[in-house]
Amino acid sequence: MSAALPTSLEANPRLDQWLKVNADETITVFSGKVELGQGIVTAIAQIAADELGVAPEQLHIAAGNTDIAPDEGYTAGSQSIEVGGAAMRIACAHARSLFAEAAARWLEVDVSDLMLARGMFSRKGAPAQSVGYWQLAGAVRLDVPVARVAEGGPRAASLTGRSLARRDIVPKLSGAAFVHDIELPGMLHARVVRGPDHGAHIESWNREAILALPGVTDVVRSGNFVCVLALREAAAVKAAQAARKLVRWIPAPRRPAAGEIGSVLKALPAESATVHASGQARPGAVAIRAAYSKPYIAHASIGTCAAAAVLAKGHLTIWSHTQGAHFLRAQTALALGLPAESVTVIHRDGAGCYGHNGADDVAFEAALAATRSGRPVLLTWSREEELAWSPFGSAGAVEIDAAVDGEGRVSKWHIGIWSHTHVKRPGWGEGINLQAAWEMDPPVPEPLPKDMPLPAGGGHRNGIALYDFAHQQVDYHFIAQSPVRVSALRSLGAFANVFAIESCMDELAAASGQDAVAFRLRHLADGRARAVIEAAARRADWRADAPGGEGRGRGIGFAQYKNRSAYCAVVAEVEVAEKVRVLRVFAAVDAGHIVNPDGLANQIEGGVVQAISWTLKEAVAWDEHGVRTRSWEDYPILGFDEVPEIEVALLDQPGAPGLGAGECAAGPVAAAVANAVQHAIGVRVRDLPMTPERIAHLIEAAD
Amino acid sequence: MAVQIEVNGVACAVAADGDTPLLYCLRDDLKLKGTRFGCGAGHCGACTVMVDGRAVQSCDTPLWSVSGRSITTVEGLADDRIGRAVRDAFIELQAAQCGFCIDGILMAVTALLRADARPGRPAILKALERNLCRCGTHVRILRAIDVAIERLAGGVQ
Ligand code: FES
Ligand code: FES
Repeated sequence: MSAALPTSLEANPRLDQWLKVNADETITVFSGKVELGQGIVTAIAQIAADELGVAPEQLHIAAGNTDIAPDEGYTAGSQSIEVGGAAMRIACAHARSLFAEAAARWLEVDVSDLMLARGMFSRKGAPAQSVGYWQLAGAVRLDVPVARVAEGGPRAASLTGRSLARRDIVPKLSGAAFVHDIELPGMLHARVVRGPDHGAHIESWNREAILALPGVTDVVRSGNFVCVLALREAAAVKAAQAARKLVRWIPAPRRPAAGEIGSVLKALPAESATVHASGQARPGAVAIRAAYSKPYIAHASIGTCAAAAVLAKGHLTIWSHTQGAHFLRAQTALALGLPAESVTVIHRDGAGCYGHNGADDVAFEAALAATRSGRPVLLTWSREEELAWSPFGSAGAVEIDAAVDGEGRVSKWHIGIWSHTHVKRPGWGEGINLQAAWEMDPPVPEPLPKDMPLPAGGGHRNGIALYDFAHQQVDYHFIAQSPVRVSALRSLGAFANVFAIESCMDELAAASGQDAVAFRLRHLADGRARAVIEAAARRADWRADAPGGEGRGRGIGFAQYKNRSAYCAVVAEVEVAEKVRVLRVFAAVDAGHIVNPDGLANQIEGGVVQAISWTLKEAVAWDEHGVRTRSWEDYPILGFDEVPEIEVALLDQPGAPGLGAGECAAGPVAAAVANAVQHAIGVRVRDLPMTPERIAHLIEAAD
Repeated sequence: MAVQIEVNGVACAVAADGDTPLLYCLRDDLKLKGTRFGCGAGHCGACTVMVDGRAVQSCDTPLWSVSGRSITTVEGLADDRIGRAVRDAFIELQAAQCGFCIDGILMAVTALLRADARPGRPAILKALERNLCRCGTHVRILRAIDVAIERLAGGVQ
């Protein structure tokens, strides 16, 4: 057929990999995209119900079970609606057309005379005579390749654009709902006995003393991986702490010393390349050269990582909040030397997932504990493990050398980006990316990092400014070595890059005497980009001449995520006393055709709050012995009393493809806040986070 | 030497060491999984329950200290007029993303509204001082609390 099929369909081409009609008058659809707290399962179910013409309650969705669900790679990168949703839509439309043909034969009418409601086909005007998917199931073969079908045939009233309630919320507010709550028969609670830092080696250990700790039933050791097992969770928690003193560790090699992020990164060896170049630089009337940075940031979910595992009759089953059940299965099988068919991974909800956290690591640790002990286990991480043993979002440093000509247009734009990989997931690149696999005996080597190439990009994601500049050069300095373990965190490099680009845009606008909004608009031909900026400015009652400098100010930030997903503009209003308070945020988002407006707004609101937290408060601290931020006291996040009022405007584009939006607000928020702080107190913050100490320091330096 | 407590209106004898955090007694012994572990150090509020109607963080509350007291967890919220209104408002406003923090927040808010039927914003923020949410659901949570307060004041059950 016409356009290429979404990658999810190419990998899972049979219709019966996507759905099954049940005798109880329901349909089950299978999705490889899993619930991470983003409401995706509801959105995909909504798409499926819509295409099939069934009511939402007639539709079940089974997601992320490697035995039955399609392999759709990772649930990440705001791709779930763009790819997973598109695939589900095509598969369900195909199924509906096959069933409509069968219904037409059954009812002896033409397909064009059919109508469809709640899964029942009937002749138009004669609803009494009807036949449902359920009666027709025997007459329709689903073991056929999925194909795009032409529009037409009967359709039920559309659900798209309606805010259906999330399927997972009521259970989550009722009791057991998460992977943490699993109870397997004969299950033991497992806790890892951690060394002082990643890469530490065991010199000696006192196995008997660990076994003698109260409540401990078993201890598993493989190489430098040790965990205790106990019937009672409280006993496992206590024993794991006590056991730390019963193991002697040889510390890991020292890490690069801490310091300002820009200097830390630039001191490390880098592989440099010009990744984009267009136009000719011209000197301008006004020139700016500025350096920006963003630190390592923790996922810091409220719940810690956890997984359950059981080995029974040679088959290993793992329950995990992984983003990629099929990858986890393949990597676990490889690391344990099992055939992939002997491993099943079943997705279960975890606490909020904002990228590659410790979900896969803990799942493999649970698998190791279950296979070595022969007992079903539930392994839960401590707060310290969550904050210090998960991968972090990579730091980034950005330098921009830019000029504006006498006409007030950018005539030179040279940006350099220093960062690490932003993807080190299991299954990404070579080798095995599971922490305990590097520690067990025999260990598998830790693979070399490799970043995601453009156009999506990792460290250089959104490194190319969307603006129509006469000249633009982007250099990426990829740094393989990192002082702390890094991987994907919501928005990857886009957070640092958009923060830098959009801060610099304000600096250029101010230096050339132009309004920040007008300056952006005169460099943007893309109508959808202009529309979100205009919408945010209008909502915020943006005035070019708004007075600032009295401790209150407003600023704007904009980006199109990945330069091809959702457009987002943010206006922030701040108050700066000794600390920065964000008072109000107006966000305007164009995410294409909207499936579930309330779900989308919820995602944007959450993205805004999280980005304010990153911007104002968060930085992973380390020294040469390891990560120092190991509790909520060392790693504070935004609290209820610091959250602004947020208004979200959604610019729907009926008929346009849905665009991933879960990550679009991050960079624009950071820039809008920085620009607002400049407006409020006349001080430019170029390094994150904007802690009271940093602000005080900048004010002092300016005086 | 079991410790006697009342949980969601039911008398229970918990056969655990008196030092065991209440959190694990609820989750392990009584299989009430809605009370969640987040930090074990009293910082995040994921484990909040009500003890005699007051919000308490169960992760740093030893079992012995609640002997003979009455405990409410999220599983028992529906039996409480205020708790039910709070939970209903959260569901109606879809005030959750991952939902992991929410059960603790429901408990903290219910305890607040038992003590003060019409708290202002500052009192609400104070009551949520020790509850963290990483998904950034705060704005909706605050809206849901306002709705619950309105409903309760209007006598709607
Ligand atoms: S788990 Fe009790 S406060 Fe965090
Ligand atoms: S909803 Fe996820 S932590 Fe609050």
